[in-house]
Amino acid sequence: MPANSSESHASDARPTARNAAQMAVRTAQPEPGSVKPDAILTIDNVSRSFGGLKAVDVKRLEVQRGVITAFIGPNGAGKTTFFNLLTRFDDPDTGAWNFNGKPMQDQRSYAIAKAGMVRTFQLTKSLGKMSVMDNMMLGAKNQSGESLSRALLKGSWRKQERRVEAQATDLLGRFNLAHMRDEYAATLSGGQRKLLEMARALMSEPELILLDEPMAGVNPALVQSLLGHVQALRDDGVSVLFIEHDMDVIMGISDWIVVLAEGSVIAEGTPEQVSQNDVVVDAYLGTSFAGATGDGARSSEGDEGNQQ
Amino acid sequence: MSSFTSLIGGYDISKLLGDSLRAGVNVQSAAFALGAVGLNLHYGFTGLLNVGMVAFMAAGSYGMAIIFTQGLFGGSILLGILGGLVFATIIALLVGIPALRLRSDYLAITTIAIGEVMRISFRSRRLLDITGGPFGLPSIEDRSADISLADRIGRDWNPFFSVDDPTKTFGFWRLDFDAKTLWLMIIGWTLVVLCSLLVWKLIQSPWGRVIKAIREDEDAARALGKNVFGYKLQSLIIGGCIGALAGIVRTLDSGFVESNQFKPQTTFFIWTVLILGGAASKWGPMLGAFVFWFVLVFVEEALRQVIINADDMVWMGLEANDVGRMRLIMMGIMLAALMIWRPQGILGKKEEALLDAR
Repeated sequence: MPANSSESHASDARPTARNAAQMAVRTAQPEPGSVKPDAILTIDNVSRSFGGLKAVDVKRLEVQRGVITAFIGPNGAGKTTFFNLLTRFDDPDTGAWNFNGKPMQDQRSYAIAKAGMVRTFQLTKSLGKMSVMDNMMLGAKNQSGESLSRALLKGSWRKQERRVEAQATDLLGRFNLAHMRDEYAATLSGGQRKLLEMARALMSEPELILLDEPMAGVNPALVQSLLGHVQALRDDGVSVLFIEHDMDVIMGISDWIVVLAEGSVIAEGTPEQVSQNDVVVDAYLGTSFAGATGDGARSSEGDEGNQQ
Repeated sequence: MSSFTSLIGGYDISKLLGDSLRAGVNVQSAAFALGAVGLNLHYGFTGLLNVGMVAFMAAGSYGMAIIFTQGLFGGSILLGILGGLVFATIIALLVGIPALRLRSDYLAITTIAIGEVMRISFRSRRLLDITGGPFGLPSIEDRSADISLADRIGRDWNPFFSVDDPTKTFGFWRLDFDAKTLWLMIIGWTLVVLCSLLVWKLIQSPWGRVIKAIREDEDAARALGKNVFGYKLQSLIIGGCIGALAGIVRTLDSGFVESNQFKPQTTFFIWTVLILGGAASKWGPMLGAFVFWFVLVFVEEALRQVIINADDMVWMGLEANDVGRMRLIMMGIMLAALMIWRPQGILGKKEEALLDAR
């Protein structure tokens, strides 16, 4: 099955003509904290320490609307912690950020998701003892039947339920999971769970989707398919922010790359600009690379792994 | 009804089966089933580790009893029941607001504590005028109106009660019940069915989908924009109120409240009922309560008969006095066996139990 799906979607991953947002972001300065023409997310002074280790310390970052922005960096660079802070799954020590011009730093995680900024997790969180279809339908926003006062009045939500189901069926088809719709999510393979989690996040029709290593643990054939899905999202007008530390994987599809090391943004730019940046080459190949990976065990990502 | 009596070599099979069946369908069993229905919503569907169901039962029992004895609403039982449910809701809020924001273990610690805090507080002599302190409320009477709860429910409001023949019994064989017990069995098991259906309908709705998602992974639900804390609080309140109904039914039956009725082991019996019947199933709590009481009394009666028929009335070192304790040991052994060979309980889904055992 995975081989099939990758074939059918490999063609999606081909480079397409750049749209206006993609052209616009290329005009931004290739330096940390640069101003973007149309920022969906602006971040100021976000920091988080674990004991003596400053896991995240981002002075200024803007994320362009309608493009694919990639966060890269060696292990322990603070990418996942930064995601956790932005979605308030972790509490920042300092910092403020605006999503669509609205301050988000004091919101709870569910409210941030409701506002249209939806994340996925590095270790997939499929709801194992629920069917794939239930997993999907859970994702839809503003379901009136989710309020206790209407839950027993089936008439008040039956129509919406049908709409949500149709939307879920459509998405499952696009993600090659249609044949699994009535299976328990726990029976899916690792790669299928990645697909399910991304599809489920899309059910909420996010404006900005934050994908935490969507390709990790996925076989190379399926990676191509996933990349295709990520590009399709952008073409549908969704802004994508995703974490990856394999540079080769993302060079092809990212419109903008933000490089983190030791919690700070050390470089920004288009893929071409970043790949020729001396600081980046140093961070990956120089002495600091060896240091950063050695610290991996006590890094934020190491912590996250241990919790789960 | 001597035709049913069957003695086989000194063993009274009729009594053995009759008493066991009787225990399985009695009011006490219905009360345990109700408690398990509430716990099923908490644990089976929402994944809340409530280890203090007895606290909600105590809230229901004492709430109703206090309102009745104080004559607060003119001795109305229905308003007393409503008061018990309000009390249970307050307990749920008190426990839930701090503990539901934390990891699930903390709810377990808090609920087991609140049960004991309530039991010991109600025993306090300082509350002598309200809860009866260590004596409890031996007969729940409205002093101003001179009417007891037992009379209200057993006579005035009982369609089976007739003044001409107050000791009339209903039923057959060993399954005959007096008018009050029959009436309360009907009330109790009707409540069990209604609450089971209520929980099931809720779980089948989009609300229930969020509840199950919280059981599977809170963070996933949160990441999809669901207010997890609010849902958990709603679940705790609804399940807690069903637990309060369990306490209320038990108190209507016994006609008195006393703090020792609310020891922690009641909570563990209810857990046993739920696990036995099958968590996250529709009728598991109901069947679990029946089987629990049936087996408990069956083991006790069988053991008693074996000992009586043995030489010198001693069997494998056991005397008649030991039977009460042995039945709980046997129950424990059977529960352990169930966990090994049928972890999903009687009605649970095997696939779901296996998915968990990763």
